Amino acid sequence: MAFSPNLKANLYEGARLAQFLEAKLVLIHVGVLSEDNRAMLHDMLTVHKKNGLEYDVRCQMGNPVEVILSTVKEALIDLLILGALQRENFFKYYLGSIARQITRRAGCSVLLLIKPSVDRVPCEHIVVNGLADPKTEKTIATAFSVAKDLGARKITIVEEIRQEEVAVSVDDDRSLRRSRIVKERLKHREESRVNNIISNLPDHIKSNIQIQSQSIFGKRGYSIGHYAQVVRADLLVMNGPVKMTFWDRLFPHDIEHILGELPTDVLIVQ
Amino acid sequence: MSQKTNKFIVAVQSLPSNIFSGFVVSLIALPLGLGLAMASDAPPMAGVISAIVGGIVVSVLGGSYVTIAGPGNGLVGVLLVAISTLGLQDAYAAIICSGFLLIILGYLRLGKLADFFPSSAIQGMLAAIGLIILGKQFHIMLGNRVVLDNNLEYLAAMPKAVINVFSYSDTGIIAACLAGILSLGILMIYPKLRNKYLQLIPAPMWIVLLSIGFSYYFELILNQPNPISSDYMIRGIPAVDRLVADIPKINFKAANEWMFWSQVLALAIISSVESLLSIKAVDKLDPNKRRSNFTKDIKALGVATAVSGFLGGLNVVTVIARSSVNVNSGGNNRSSNFFHAFFLLVFIVLFSTQLERIPLSALMAILVFTGYKLAAPKNLIKMFTIGKEQLLIYSITLIATLQIGLVAGIVIGTTTTFIIHVLTTKNFELFTRNFLKPNVLMFQESEGQGQYYVSVKHFCTFVNFFRLKAKLDNVPETEVVIVDLSLCEFVDHTVMDSLSAYQELFEKRGGRFEVIGLDTLSADSSHPFAIRKLVPFSGLLNQNLTKRQIALKSLSEDYDHDYLAKRIHKVGFLESFIFFRSKHLNYIHNLIKSKHEPITAFDVNFSEGEFIAKEVVNTTMVHIYMQRQLPVFTLDKDGFLLRLYGVAGFKNISISSPGDFSKRFYLLGENPKDVKAFFNKTVVHFFESNPHFHIESNGKNLLVFGKERTASIQEITKIINFASRLYQVIQNEQDT
Repeated sequence: MAFSPNLKANLYEGARLAQFLEAKLVLIHVGVLSEDNRAMLHDMLTVHKKNGLEYDVRCQMGNPVEVILSTVKEALIDLLILGALQRENFFKYYLGSIARQITRRAGCSVLLLIKPSVDRVPCEHIVVNGLADPKTEKTIATAFSVAKDLGARKITIVEEIRQEEVAVSVDDDRSLRRSRIVKERLKHREESRVNNIISNLPDHIKSNIQIQSQSIFGKRGYSIGHYAQVVRADLLVMNGPVKMTFWDRLFPHDIEHILGELPTDVLIVQ
Repeated sequence: MSQKTNKFIVAVQSLPSNIFSGFVVSLIALPLGLGLAMASDAPPMAGVISAIVGGIVVSVLGGSYVTIAGPGNGLVGVLLVAISTLGLQDAYAAIICSGFLLIILGYLRLGKLADFFPSSAIQGMLAAIGLIILGKQFHIMLGNRVVLDNNLEYLAAMPKAVINVFSYSDTGIIAACLAGILSLGILMIYPKLRNKYLQLIPAPMWIVLLSIGFSYYFELILNQPNPISSDYMIRGIPAVDRLVADIPKINFKAANEWMFWSQVLALAIISSVESLLSIKAVDKLDPNKRRSNFTKDIKALGVATAVSGFLGGLNVVTVIARSSVNVNSGGNNRSSNFFHAFFLLVFIVLFSTQLERIPLSALMAILVFTGYKLAAPKNLIKMFTIGKEQLLIYSITLIATLQIGLVAGIVIGTTTTFIIHVLTTKNFELFTRNFLKPNVLMFQESEGQGQYYVSVKHFCTFVNFFRLKAKLDNVPETEVVIVDLSLCEFVDHTVMDSLSAYQELFEKRGGRFEVIGLDTLSADSSHPFAIRKLVPFSGLLNQNLTKRQIALKSLSEDYDHDYLAKRIHKVGFLESFIFFRSKHLNYIHNLIKSKHEPITAFDVNFSEGEFIAKEVVNTTMVHIYMQRQLPVFTLDKDGFLLRLYGVAGFKNISISSPGDFSKRFYLLGENPKDVKAFFNKTVVHFFESNPHFHIESNGKNLLVFGKERTASIQEITKIINFASRLYQVIQNEQDT
């Protein structure tokens, strides 16, 4: 939390979310909090307090990344909310360097907001990844419970299939036919895997939600963001990153693509 | 098994027509082969050898169907340089090496070099090649052999050459000059003649036949020597028995020189570019709608080039003019290419010495004509209408190619294009930051007819078009593709050009290919969050209609509707719809107004959320002015907007019907009683049996819309049709 023009919107989003999830809101401020500022915060949050919001303000001096990460550990925080920046004049959002480092290293789930709003913008459509990954099952389950809490109506599970898996390069009509058969088979395989995950979920979190699955052949991590942007999803839910190495940053993949170019609000499930 | 025999029978059945078209093509290939070889300063037979080798090798190994391989126009310029700098012997070695290079490129799947160059630069380069051929051969055609320093000087000397003609005194040269001018006249008049028998033999062959007849006339009937100076007759055609002895001995001594390899590279690049352009163009002509395997073809062309080089021939490329003659003469598989080679071989064996009776000036007239067609001044006008910057790229490439060389020309043209792109967008970062990103998303929409939806982000120019192309090539041409460029900030001419080529191909093969998201591509508003996009290819912004808008216009004309592309900012009539309650309406455009019914379709541009503009959205909607009292309701399949209408005090209404109407649709309204009365059996039946759109009534009028993006032409037809029938149904119901 910083005292930026977006402060009010960020606070409101956080407060609303805490109420939806029935959680306690912890505001982390790096630096010294003056009395004026503290009063301003309380002013802003009174509306929510009336609705039963519990909150706590913590401030500490030091390196922002370290402070936030250590607070997350100490306070046993489940979800960290970070605001994104917008490229000037464009509908493009990206994460600042601090937010990026935090996202990479945080031990808890992270929610990245691209357009915080004082008024509530309802969350209607959630896109979630369906990668063949042990974490996916939990991520999809999380997406459903978030959908339930926020009242979203539709969840699209996107299976990204790497182009290399098709292994047929299209040159003429015959290879085109072959590649389509292979693709169809891969699509079925992925869809049945995802359907399996969905059928394992308890029924009560699935009710009233329209479930769709979509296979995309493309670059992992990038095409799901592009898809979320195209279908104008309100939230994108992704698996948490595996441990990052230097090379991952040099050759961005999976989550790094999303961080560089936020298509919508993103929830990274850890 | 039966399929295989079937194929065999078809091939045998089509053999006669392929033999015939092979024969017709060989009639053109013979004079062109001789001429192109001589224009490249190679022995005349070299061109015929490359045509024979090309026809045989490519018909066996190639991956295309109706193309003809042989010596190419585009290569004349490169071969000329190669032969003059390396000498003929080393040039053959360079040709062989370029063949191997093509094979390697084929295996690495990098053969499609032309896909990486901007189209204006390629056009400029082709025009330059045309001018090189034209400039040099023009003088020989007029019987005025000159040696000048560079290509531009040859071109500059052309007017002087024409004036010089009137001061000739040598009758031999005057005769040669007349033969040249006459031949050029035949070539120009021939396409305008509509005589069945005359058209049986192609124009170049007429020139060959007439000149040989002329020479025999003097020799046998008048018993006089040919009046054309022997200087201006073709020479150096070996007799049949000497053909084998004349095969050059190749050595690769020059291979350790830098110069040698730069020539090899130039030969390979131009071969690949010319072949790809020809194959692409010929694929559109294929009556059987097959897709050529370019990778396989480039390998075959490489093998053919190497073999041809060893036998004393030139580079083998796919050639467009001969290929289109092949299609027009009924060629429908690779055997016609083979027969074209076979007939050439027969001609050489039977008549090789007769060919020395052809005047050089007449042959060069054929090349002057070809060069003129390549240079195609009408391309210049086309470039100008596309945009001044395209003309600039075209001219710079053209001049650089003429002055420095082909490879330098294309490199300079490509660099210029990129610089112009940076200057027009004023955003260098746009290109550097996003170049490596896989910016193309394609997926098959699960709703509707399973059309492919392609979305491109950031920018789409010749630099990264290969990504979009790779996706598009994965779709059979019989399917429906919608390319959405609305997330692009910059789209260049090369992409638009290629997309329109795809469009043509898809339409020919029974599929559909639509480009959307271009209608708003311009920096048009002062709103700080407004998407800024540029359309440099359409010249003056906003005045020129995009392809979609032109299609909309003709659609409106077909259905007798009025069309208005202009933006209208007064959109009060929409504000009363609850859908727009929390949205900021910017404008509507692309209006299609029915003349007979109060129905208007339009694209609407709005942003979500007043304070913090969530996103600017473009959607196609239809407004029906009902002129009567209606219940206020909304009907929707997804239930996506339930909350929005819930806020407005709408209640869920369930309609009992024999079908599953209430299960399939979310119906909400202010006054359940009125709504229930309105949704009687006929109306419910109408909705159950028709494609579903979102429908909202504000008490007087109806608003119908589908997806939250601009609709493609077909989708618009559908939604207008739906609205019109809905109007009829409601009108009838209320009257009874």
